[in-house]
Amino acid sequence: MIADASWGAAYFWACAFAAIAGALITVAARNPIRSAMGLLVAILGIAGHYLALHAQFLAAIQLIVYAGAVVILFVFVIMLIGADASPARDTRSLAPRVLAGVGTVYFALLVGRRLHGALGTHPFRTPHPELGNIGAVGRELYTRALVPFELVTALFIVAVVAAIAVASGPRKPAAAASDDDDKGGAA
Amino acid sequence: MIPLEHYLYVAGALFAIGTLGFVVRRNLLVQLMSLELLLNAVNLTLVAFNRQHQDDHTGQLFAFFVIAVAAAEAAVGLAIVLALYRLRRSVRSDEATLLKN
Repeated sequence: MIADASWGAAYFWACAFAAIAGALITVAARNPIRSAMGLLVAILGIAGHYLALHAQFLAAIQLIVYAGAVVILFVFVIMLIGADASPARDTRSLAPRVLAGVGTVYFALLVGRRLHGALGTHPFRTPHPELGNIGAVGRELYTRALVPFELVTALFIVAVVAAIAVASGPRKPAAAASDDDDKGGAA
Repeated sequence: MIPLEHYLYVAGALFAIGTLGFVVRRNLLVQLMSLELLLNAVNLTLVAFNRQHQDDHTGQLFAFFVIAVAAAEAAVGLAIVLALYRLRRSVRSDEATLLKN
Protein backbone atom coordinates (compact mmCIF):
# COMPACT_ATOMS: atom_id res chain seq x y z
CA MET A 1 0.00 0.00 0.00
CA ILE A 2 2.60 2.52 1.12
CA ALA A 3 5.88 1.96 -0.65
CA ASP A 4 8.30 3.92 1.49
CA ALA A 5 9.08 1.99 4.66
CA SER A 6 9.55 5.02 6.91
CA TRP A 7 6.29 6.56 5.71
CA GLY A 8 4.62 3.22 6.36
CA ALA A 9 5.98 3.18 9.89
CA ALA A 10 4.90 6.79 10.48
CA TYR A 11 1.42 5.94 9.18
CA PHE A 12 1.23 2.89 11.46
CA TRP A 13 2.24 4.87 14.54
CA ALA A 14 -0.16 7.70 13.71
CA CYS A 15 -3.05 5.23 13.39
CA ALA A 16 -1.98 3.36 16.52
CA PHE A 17 -1.77 6.64 18.45
CA ALA A 18 -5.25 7.67 17.24
CA ALA A 19 -6.73 4.29 18.14
CA ILE A 20 -5.24 4.08 21.62
CA ALA A 21 -5.74 7.76 22.49
CA GLY A 22 -9.35 7.52 21.31
CA ALA A 23 -9.87 4.38 23.39
CA LEU A 24 -8.43 6.09 26.47
CA ILE A 25 -10.71 9.11 25.93
CA THR A 26 -13.69 6.76 25.52
CA VAL A 27 -12.98 5.04 28.82
CA ALA A 28 -11.84 8.05 30.85
CA ALA A 29 -14.15 10.88 29.79
CA ARG A 30 -16.77 11.96 32.33
CA ASN A 31 -19.09 13.27 29.63
CA PRO A 32 -20.52 10.48 27.40
CA ILE A 33 -20.46 12.79 24.38
CA ARG A 34 -16.68 12.99 24.79
CA SER A 35 -16.63 9.21 25.12
CA ALA A 36 -18.51 8.91 21.83
CA MET A 37 -16.05 11.27 20.14
CA GLY A 38 -13.15 9.24 21.57
CA LEU A 39 -14.77 6.10 20.14
CA LEU A 40 -14.98 7.87 16.78
CA VAL A 41 -11.25 8.70 16.86
CA ALA A 42 -10.42 5.10 17.83
CA ILE A 43 -12.57 3.79 14.97
CA LEU A 44 -10.88 6.12 12.48
CA GLY A 45 -7.46 4.90 13.69
CA ILE A 46 -8.51 1.27 13.26
CA ALA A 47 -9.90 2.02 9.79
CA GLY A 48 -6.47 3.45 8.96
CA HIS A 49 -4.89 0.19 10.08
CA TYR A 50 -7.31 -1.74 7.84
CA LEU A 51 -6.17 0.33 4.85
CA ALA A 52 -2.52 -0.47 5.56
CA LEU A 53 -3.44 -4.17 5.94
CA HIS A 54 -4.98 -4.36 2.45
CA ALA A 55 -8.55 -4.51 3.76
CA GLN A 56 -9.99 -1.57 1.83
CA PHE A 57 -13.51 -3.02 1.83
CA LEU A 58 -13.45 -3.42 5.61
CA ALA A 59 -12.05 0.09 6.06
CA ALA A 60 -15.02 1.46 4.13
CA ILE A 61 -17.46 -0.74 6.07
CA GLN A 62 -15.81 0.37 9.32
CA LEU A 63 -16.33 4.02 8.44
CA ILE A 64 -19.91 3.55 7.21
CA VAL A 65 -21.16 1.23 9.95
CA TYR A 66 -19.22 2.47 12.98
CA ALA A 67 -18.50 6.13 12.31
CA GLY A 68 -21.69 6.61 10.31
CA ALA A 69 -24.22 4.54 12.25
CA VAL A 70 -23.11 3.22 15.63
CA VAL A 71 -21.47 6.39 16.95
CA ILE A 72 -24.39 8.49 15.66
CA LEU A 73 -26.78 6.09 17.44
CA PHE A 74 -24.83 6.60 20.66
CA VAL A 75 -24.94 10.37 20.22
CA PHE A 76 -28.71 10.22 19.57
CA VAL A 77 -29.31 8.24 22.75
CA ILE A 78 -27.06 10.56 24.78
CA MET A 79 -28.99 13.55 23.45
CA LEU A 80 -32.32 11.80 24.14
CA ILE A 81 -31.35 11.07 27.73
CA GLY A 82 -29.90 14.55 28.19
CA ALA A 83 -28.15 15.66 31.35
CA ASP A 84 -28.92 12.36 33.11
CA ALA A 85 -26.51 10.65 30.71
CA SER A 86 -23.60 11.93 32.82
CA PRO A 87 -24.74 11.24 36.40
CA ALA A 88 -22.95 12.79 39.33
CA ARG A 89 -20.07 10.87 40.84
CA ASP A 90 -21.41 8.01 42.92
CA THR A 91 -19.01 6.24 45.26
CA ARG A 92 -21.29 3.42 46.40
CA SER A 93 -19.58 0.75 44.33
CA LEU A 94 -16.13 2.29 44.37
CA ALA A 95 -14.23 -0.53 46.10
CA PRO A 96 -15.27 -3.37 43.75
CA ARG A 97 -14.65 -1.13 40.75
CA VAL A 98 -11.15 -0.21 41.90
CA LEU A 99 -10.39 -3.85 42.67
CA ALA A 100 -11.72 -4.96 39.28
CA GLY A 101 -9.70 -2.23 37.55
CA VAL A 102 -6.49 -3.18 39.32
CA GLY A 103 -7.15 -6.84 38.55
CA THR A 104 -7.75 -6.08 34.87
CA VAL A 105 -4.56 -4.03 34.55
CA TYR A 106 -2.56 -6.70 36.39
CA PHE A 107 -3.96 -9.45 34.16
CA ALA A 108 -3.30 -7.40 31.01
CA LEU A 109 0.31 -6.77 32.06
CA LEU A 110 0.76 -10.46 32.88
CA VAL A 111 -0.58 -11.56 29.49
CA GLY A 112 1.38 -8.81 27.73
CA ARG A 113 4.67 -9.88 29.31
CA ARG A 114 4.02 -13.53 28.50
CA LEU A 115 3.13 -12.69 24.90
CA HIS A 116 6.12 -10.39 24.52
CA GLY A 117 8.36 -13.34 25.29
CA ALA A 118 6.43 -15.80 23.12
CA LEU A 119 5.90 -13.64 20.03
CA GLY A 120 8.78 -13.14 17.68
CA THR A 121 8.83 -10.69 14.79
CA HIS A 122 7.07 -11.79 11.63
CA PRO A 123 7.30 -9.27 8.79
CA PHE A 124 4.39 -9.55 6.39
CA ARG A 125 4.87 -11.44 3.18
CA THR A 126 4.45 -9.55 -0.08
CA PRO A 127 0.73 -9.07 -0.53
CA HIS A 128 -1.22 -11.26 -2.89
CA PRO A 129 -2.48 -8.91 -5.66
CA GLU A 130 -6.07 -10.02 -4.98
CA LEU A 131 -5.84 -9.45 -1.20
CA GLY A 132 -8.54 -7.06 -0.04
CA ASN A 133 -9.73 -6.54 -3.61
CA ILE A 134 -13.45 -5.80 -3.35
CA GLY A 135 -14.24 -8.21 -6.17
CA ALA A 136 -12.36 -11.05 -4.46
CA VAL A 137 -13.90 -10.31 -1.05
CA GLY A 138 -17.38 -10.10 -2.60
CA ARG A 139 -16.93 -13.40 -4.43
CA GLU A 140 -16.02 -15.14 -1.18
CA LEU A 141 -18.80 -13.36 0.67
CA TYR A 142 -21.38 -14.68 -1.78
CA THR A 143 -19.98 -18.21 -2.09
CA ARG A 144 -18.23 -19.54 1.02
CA ALA A 145 -19.92 -17.12 3.41
CA LEU A 146 -23.35 -17.08 1.80
CA VAL A 147 -25.24 -18.81 4.63
CA PRO A 148 -23.90 -16.59 7.44
CA PHE A 149 -24.45 -13.58 5.18
CA GLU A 150 -28.13 -14.44 4.80
CA LEU A 151 -28.38 -15.22 8.52
CA VAL A 152 -27.06 -11.72 9.24
CA THR A 153 -30.06 -10.26 7.43
CA ALA A 154 -32.34 -12.32 9.69
CA LEU A 155 -30.34 -11.10 12.68
CA PHE A 156 -30.84 -7.50 11.61
CA ILE A 157 -34.59 -7.94 11.23
CA VAL A 158 -34.81 -9.52 14.68
CA ALA A 159 -32.58 -6.79 16.13
CA VAL A 160 -34.65 -3.97 14.62
CA VAL A 161 -37.94 -5.50 15.84
CA ALA A 162 -36.43 -6.11 19.29
CA ALA A 163 -34.97 -2.60 19.50
CA ILE A 164 -38.31 -1.01 18.61
CA ALA A 165 -40.22 -3.32 20.99
CA VAL A 166 -37.84 -2.69 23.90
CA ALA A 167 -37.35 1.04 23.35
CA SER A 168 -41.03 1.86 22.83
CA GLY A 169 -41.91 0.45 26.24
CA PRO A 170 -45.19 -1.00 27.52
CA ARG A 171 -48.22 -0.35 25.31
CA LYS A 172 -50.84 1.44 27.45
CA PRO A 173 -48.80 3.49 29.93
CA ALA A 174 -46.48 4.41 27.08
CA ALA A 175 -48.70 7.31 25.97
CA ALA A 176 -48.79 8.84 29.46
CA ALA A 177 -45.12 8.13 30.07
CA SER A 178 -44.05 9.67 26.78
CA ASP A 179 -46.10 12.81 27.55
CA ASP A 180 -44.20 13.04 30.82
CA ASP A 181 -40.97 12.54 28.92
CA ASP A 182 -41.79 15.43 26.62
CA LYS A 183 -42.55 17.74 29.54
CA GLY A 184 -39.47 16.56 31.40
CA GLY A 185 -37.33 17.11 28.31
CA ALA A 186 -38.74 20.57 27.66
CA ALA A 187 -38.38 21.75 31.26
CA MET B 1 7.88 -2.86 7.16
CA ILE B 2 5.64 -3.11 10.21
CA PRO B 3 5.57 -6.73 11.46
CA LEU B 4 2.43 -8.62 12.41
CA GLU B 5 3.20 -8.40 16.12
CA HIS B 6 2.93 -4.60 16.18
CA TYR B 7 -0.71 -4.87 15.15
CA LEU B 8 -1.27 -7.53 17.80
CA TYR B 9 0.20 -5.23 20.46
CA VAL B 10 -2.07 -2.37 19.38
CA ALA B 11 -5.08 -4.72 19.42
CA GLY B 12 -4.08 -6.05 22.83
CA ALA B 13 -3.78 -2.52 24.20
CA LEU B 14 -7.22 -1.65 22.78
CA PHE B 15 -8.71 -4.82 24.26
CA ALA B 16 -7.18 -4.07 27.69
CA ILE B 17 -8.46 -0.48 27.63
CA GLY B 18 -11.92 -1.68 26.60
CA THR B 19 -12.02 -4.30 29.35
CA LEU B 20 -10.91 -1.70 31.88
CA GLY B 21 -13.67 0.65 30.76
CA PHE B 22 -16.31 -2.06 30.88
CA VAL B 23 -15.26 -3.15 34.36
CA VAL B 24 -14.60 0.22 35.97
CA ARG B 25 -17.26 2.53 34.52
CA ARG B 26 -20.85 2.36 35.75
CA ASN B 27 -22.38 4.42 32.95
CA LEU B 28 -24.15 1.94 30.69
CA LEU B 29 -23.50 4.09 27.61
CA VAL B 30 -19.75 4.12 28.26
CA GLN B 31 -19.84 0.40 29.00
CA LEU B 32 -21.48 -0.24 25.62
CA MET B 33 -18.82 1.91 23.94
CA SER B 34 -16.13 -0.13 25.72
CA LEU B 35 -17.76 -3.24 24.28
CA GLU B 36 -17.44 -1.76 20.80
CA LEU B 37 -13.74 -1.18 21.54
CA LEU B 38 -13.36 -4.85 22.48
CA LEU B 39 -14.96 -5.99 19.23
CA ASN B 40 -12.80 -3.57 17.24
CA ALA B 41 -9.64 -4.88 18.90
CA VAL B 42 -10.56 -8.44 17.93
CA ASN B 43 -11.34 -7.30 14.38
CA LEU B 44 -7.89 -5.73 14.11
CA THR B 45 -6.23 -9.05 15.00
CA LEU B 46 -8.43 -10.89 12.47
CA VAL B 47 -7.50 -8.49 9.67
CA ALA B 48 -3.81 -8.52 10.63
CA PHE B 49 -3.72 -12.33 10.59
CA ASN B 50 -5.50 -12.30 7.24
CA ARG B 51 -2.68 -10.10 5.93
CA GLN B 52 -0.23 -12.81 7.02
CA HIS B 53 -2.22 -15.87 5.88
CA GLN B 54 -3.51 -14.50 2.60
CA ASP B 55 -4.67 -17.67 0.80
CA ASP B 56 -8.26 -16.45 1.19
CA HIS B 57 -10.19 -13.71 2.98
CA THR B 58 -11.44 -15.70 5.96
CA GLY B 59 -10.17 -13.16 8.49
CA GLN B 60 -11.70 -10.22 6.65
CA LEU B 61 -15.02 -12.01 6.23
CA PHE B 62 -15.03 -12.87 9.93
CA ALA B 63 -14.35 -9.22 10.76
CA PHE B 64 -17.21 -8.25 8.44
CA PHE B 65 -19.63 -10.46 10.38
CA VAL B 66 -18.31 -9.18 13.70
CA ILE B 67 -19.05 -5.62 12.50
CA ALA B 68 -22.57 -6.69 11.48
CA VAL B 69 -23.24 -8.33 14.84
CA ALA B 70 -21.76 -5.33 16.66
CA ALA B 71 -24.15 -3.00 14.84
CA ALA B 72 -27.15 -5.15 15.86
CA GLU B 73 -25.80 -5.36 19.40
CA ALA B 74 -25.46 -1.58 19.61
CA ALA B 75 -29.07 -1.09 18.44
CA VAL B 76 -30.51 -3.57 20.95
CA GLY B 77 -28.17 -2.45 23.74
CA LEU B 78 -29.13 1.20 23.33
CA ALA B 79 -32.82 0.23 23.28
CA ILE B 80 -32.30 -1.55 26.60
CA VAL B 81 -30.51 1.52 27.97
CA LEU B 82 -33.51 3.64 26.95
CA ALA B 83 -35.93 1.18 28.58
CA LEU B 84 -33.89 1.18 31.78
CA TYR B 85 -33.76 4.97 31.72
CA ARG B 86 -37.55 5.09 31.38
CA LEU B 87 -37.92 2.87 34.45
CA ARG B 88 -35.17 4.23 36.67
CA ARG B 89 -34.34 7.74 35.34
CA SER B 90 -30.72 6.63 35.36
CA VAL B 91 -28.17 5.06 33.01
CA ARG B 92 -26.01 3.69 35.81
CA SER B 93 -25.64 -0.06 35.61
CA ASP B 94 -25.75 -0.44 39.42
CA GLU B 95 -29.23 1.13 39.40
CA ALA B 96 -30.44 -1.84 37.32
CA THR B 97 -31.64 -3.82 40.34
CA LEU B 98 -35.06 -4.85 39.03
CA LEU B 99 -34.35 -8.55 39.61
CA LYS B 100 -33.11 -8.00 43.19
CA ASN B 101 -35.39 -9.32 46.01
